[in-house]
Amino acid sequence: MARPVEIPPDPTEAVEAAKAEVPPELVAQSLGEYVRAWIVRMRGGEIGVLPVVFGLVAIMVVFEIISPNHVFLSPGNLVNLFEQSSVYMVLAMAETFALLLGEIDLSIGFVGACGAVITVQLVQPVTTNWPWWAAILAGLAFCAAVGLIQGTIIARLGIPSFIVTLGGFLIFNGVMLILLLLGPFSGYPNLTSASSNVQVLFNLMSGTIDPTISWIVMAVVLLGLGGLMWFGDQRRRRSGLVAPPASLTLIKIGLIAAAGFTVVAISNINRANFGTLAGVPWVVAIVLGVLAIWTVLLERTKYGRYVYAIGGNPEAARRAGINVAMVRTIAFGLCSMTAGIGILLYASYIGGMSNNVQGGQFVLFAVAAAVIGGASLFGGRGKMIHGVLGGLVVGGIYNGMYLQSLDVQRIFIVTGLVLLAAVTLDAVSRRGRASSALGAGR
Amino acid sequence: MSGGPTAATEPLLRVRGLDKHFGPVQALYQVDLDLPSGQVTALCGDNGAGKSVLTKCISGVYQPDHGQVFWEGQPVHIRTTRDASRLGIETVYQDLALCDNLDIVQNMFLGRERLRRELLDEDNMERAAAETLASLRVTTVRSIRQPVASLSGGQRQSVAVAKAVMWNSKLVIMDEPTAALGVNQTRMVLDLLTRLRDRGLAVMVISHNLNDVFEVADRIAILYLGRMVIQDKASSLDRQRVVEYMTTGGKGMKAAS
Repeated sequence: MARPVEIPPDPTEAVEAAKAEVPPELVAQSLGEYVRAWIVRMRGGEIGVLPVVFGLVAIMVVFEIISPNHVFLSPGNLVNLFEQSSVYMVLAMAETFALLLGEIDLSIGFVGACGAVITVQLVQPVTTNWPWWAAILAGLAFCAAVGLIQGTIIARLGIPSFIVTLGGFLIFNGVMLILLLLGPFSGYPNLTSASSNVQVLFNLMSGTIDPTISWIVMAVVLLGLGGLMWFGDQRRRRSGLVAPPASLTLIKIGLIAAAGFTVVAISNINRANFGTLAGVPWVVAIVLGVLAIWTVLLERTKYGRYVYAIGGNPEAARRAGINVAMVRTIAFGLCSMTAGIGILLYASYIGGMSNNVQGGQFVLFAVAAAVIGGASLFGGRGKMIHGVLGGLVVGGIYNGMYLQSLDVQRIFIVTGLVLLAAVTLDAVSRRGRASSALGAGR
Repeated sequence: MSGGPTAATEPLLRVRGLDKHFGPVQALYQVDLDLPSGQVTALCGDNGAGKSVLTKCISGVYQPDHGQVFWEGQPVHIRTTRDASRLGIETVYQDLALCDNLDIVQNMFLGRERLRRELLDEDNMERAAAETLASLRVTTVRSIRQPVASLSGGQRQSVAVAKAVMWNSKLVIMDEPTAALGVNQTRMVLDLLTRLRDRGLAVMVISHNLNDVFEVADRIAILYLGRMVIQDKASSLDRQRVVEYMTTGGKGMKAAS
């Protein structure tokens, strides 16, 4: 229930002006009110994930119509699309940590690549032959350490993140090339060994979860998530706290359930030309796992609250007693570590690492994906889910144009245009917000 | 300074002989100040009189060079803003120090979040924030879950004050709380100040606006070029004398409470 507006001493004040800004779920008592409030809010410049969802639908419709034999929405291509997008999704989630602080990390492509090369080198049976999990931990630890060092330079010495990570971009491009030359493959360490230990890494991307188990896991996750949402909102409604109407909670749960069913159903259709290939790819579970953990960190812990606070007003955060330098340093560590996961997925996708890794392009696509998804370049606004949705858009464009056999130049141009559109939307909606806040102050 | 003051007359905060200089500039000379509980003290003075420096010495931002500060009769050294908060001194700065992208509850608890099983206890915080706002009769906000960016100037000031009084503070210092506000919103903030006083808090307001000063202040303290030229009951001063003290230091007239 929303806080009632009781006998305001001066009823003329601000209430009208503030209306456009208030998240609709806070004041709406019923679904109808909610929808109306939502429309008002969108006119006021608060747009949320709606543009990116529309964008996704548009991409699907357009490419399905123009793709040869309408393969874009075929189960095989959809799973492939998700696998391709997963790298962008995870990298966009990584970049979100920097964007939330109002910073940027240009180095994540090559830092992540260094981590992935380390992992791939360490599992080689003829040399170190580390167990896969230890090799992954070593690669991610390397990434996290690099991020912490860059973060320390940015936060303690006050050097702009753009410059520090530009240096990191060049340094770790070089480091990656050196690391690649180590080991038996001289430049092209790969994951094509028969060793089951190495196969685990190969299967991060293309390995599938058994269809039956996929259904069971999805049901358990949905029941858990839905239960948490329903009983959480129910409890808040009962104790008179701000909560959305019950029908809205149900709709949200329904949408999540529908998405889950669709993904599992599509993945469980046999998508092989010969034989059987069905089941949810492991990468889906990995991306959702990263999403879940980072979402909890950002929205349910003190640390996450401080990240948003620093992105919104660093001086206020400092006066509130928050160790601003520490929070920023850790954010860069988490950013680089998450990037390590992203490029590891890429290594799994192409079956090894080589000097073909486009570290710079990865960074740009990661920033693009996060911003297209709805994170702000100016700090303080954005969620992990934005990175995932934006990654799907970038991956969707890439995949769809690839199916058209369009060359890479055109793909770059289209992705760039979509990014420009997203940033313009961000800037324009900010201006809308600023002017309505000014109006409220009058 | 010697001689035990009796509990009944002892003000909550007593400053004696405070000196502060920045390089060659002497910002405060031998400043005395009393801030009693349950009263609003207005700190007045022209630009550069030392109002902000004195405030920052009390709230732990600056360290005085000489002089003593007594809190509830005990000598204290306030070295950081944390020390000040621990004693029960909260300062509402002119820029309010709110995060626009966070909602009212999140701002009120910023830096002091309540946890349950290591995760933020939003329900608990929301309830406590609502209680505090209700007790201060801040009722014009539509929802305490709305982002601070959507609030009016007076509402933001109210949130900043509520944030300050939430922590069992005993002294609230406000820097120019009505400077940027319209008539209605000024009214709202002044009412809030009176409610703080009625709760038994000591309130110090820095203000240029003599209308506001005479409306809410029980006591008036005036700084002139770093010296405290007068501290007295508001009822024994009038507007003209206050202006005179602010602009000329009372023609060299020595005054102390």
